[in-house]
Amino acid sequence: MPRVIPPVVDDDDRFFWDGVARGQLLIQRCSGCGVLRHPPVPMCPQCLSTEWDTAPSAGRGTVHSWVLSHHPTEPDASPRIVALIALEEGVRMVSNLTGVAPSDVVNDMPVSLVFETFEGNVTLPQFEPAP
Amino acid sequence: MTAVISGIGQTEFSKNSGRSSLQLAAEASRAAIADAGLTPADIDGGVTFAMDTNDELAVIRCLGIPSLRFTARTRGGGGGACATVQLAAAAVLSGQARHVLIWRAFNERSRRRFGQPNPRPPDAANDWYLPFGLDTPAKVYGLTFQRYMHRYGLTNADFGLYTVAARAYAATNPNAWFYKRPITLADHQASRWIVEPLLRLLDCCQESDGGVALVVSAGGDGVQISAAAQAHLVGGDEMYSYYHDDLTTFPEVSALARELWEQSGVGPADIDVAMIYENFSPIVFLQLEGLGFCGPGEARDFIADGHIGPGGSLPVNTNGGLLGEGYIHGMNNILEAVRQLRGTSANQVRDAETVLVSAGRSGLILTT
Repeated sequence: MPRVIPPVVDDDDRFFWDGVARGQLLIQRCSGCGVLRHPPVPMCPQCLSTEWDTAPSAGRGTVHSWVLSHHPTEPDASPRIVALIALEEGVRMVSNLTGVAPSDVVNDMPVSLVFETFEGNVTLPQFEPAP
Repeated sequence: MTAVISGIGQTEFSKNSGRSSLQLAAEASRAAIADAGLTPADIDGGVTFAMDTNDELAVIRCLGIPSLRFTARTRGGGGGACATVQLAAAAVLSGQARHVLIWRAFNERSRRRFGQPNPRPPDAANDWYLPFGLDTPAKVYGLTFQRYMHRYGLTNADFGLYTVAARAYAATNPNAWFYKRPITLADHQASRWIVEPLLRLLDCCQESDGGVALVVSAGGDGVQISAAAQAHLVGGDEMYSYYHDDLTTFPEVSALARELWEQSGVGPADIDVAMIYENFSPIVFLQLEGLGFCGPGEARDFIADGHIGPGGSLPVNTNGGLLGEGYIHGMNNILEAVRQLRGTSANQVRDAETVLVSAGRSGLILTT
């Protein structure tokens, strides 16, 4: 189980991490105009409303881009694949790919959401190749 | 009245300066003030990066500058390099100051290395990146560049074409870290991976210790600041984006270019030398395209055809750039632009009259 940097969690993103703790991937949704936004911000850039709720993601998306993340100087046993996921709801989100070898990753491959818990009881949304 | 760059100064660029960043800032500033033919008492404004650790009051105390009546700092990292000149020019053109000293100095190799995953103050804005492993600039930027690479079917060897060109300039620049050390594409391909599948060691800038300073004055002798602009677009970040519609373009640079052409009245065909910020080689490709020197996806062939190298139609980063000369947060590229216009570059481009400097989200057109 690799160690990860835990999220800081602040007023503007607490809903997201609370959702992760319940096994949900939540996207911020403007109550005024319905626009989804990620990363979350406290005001809608479309209609300037500060009212919002959340929409649970279906957890399906594609790999928009990806890199293999090694520590720059220390050997790491299991480098992670970092991917920019294009969720089918229309927002992009940085996450990791799991259950796939780097040599098998291709852009635009379909992926689906899983949750993984890392050292220190840090849970992160992750993505694996879609079945 | 116009704003001019009246003086430039720097320390040596090294991997271990052996002295404080404040001393580097003071030494570079002392050189720039002398180069402008001024004395410290003439300086009445000061500009640096928000990130710079050398406080205004500490700098003027070193230099014996009696007082400042204008100070400003620009946000973020190297994308703001040219913004320092814009701020200084705005100050002298509006009469808020007469001679503005700009400095940027750090021990970025021997102390806090930008390329390492450093501990940082807790900031929830990083919750979308750090927990997932985006803990160095190479990874952060790589995640955008990979889409560009995919879109145009490039390999890491294509990015190496830029490094070979930059190192050819560095090899003949005595001020460069890689002086007398040109490389081949095979050398580039033999360097170790930093971020697969796109960045090898020789795609990365040279973390350096050093200081750079300039003096911007109202009128008088100097290099003319014909245009100075910043471009910050919603959804973008320092010099990358995960949230713009199309990650294979650099819309900040395109916006910057439009502003620079409009202010100066020149266009891409008028540029004799281009100084282009490169923390990593792929960002040169995106900027060449965004600035309009070639079309989308054409940077690879533009570079392969020799346009940016010595004797090319658009010499780029004639000091060796941040990969070859040293990384002083992009500020050393502005000094090289000034040297080209003065006719004093180690790799002088004959009759250089118009130089573009792009730092990704800030830029300049400088003229003789």
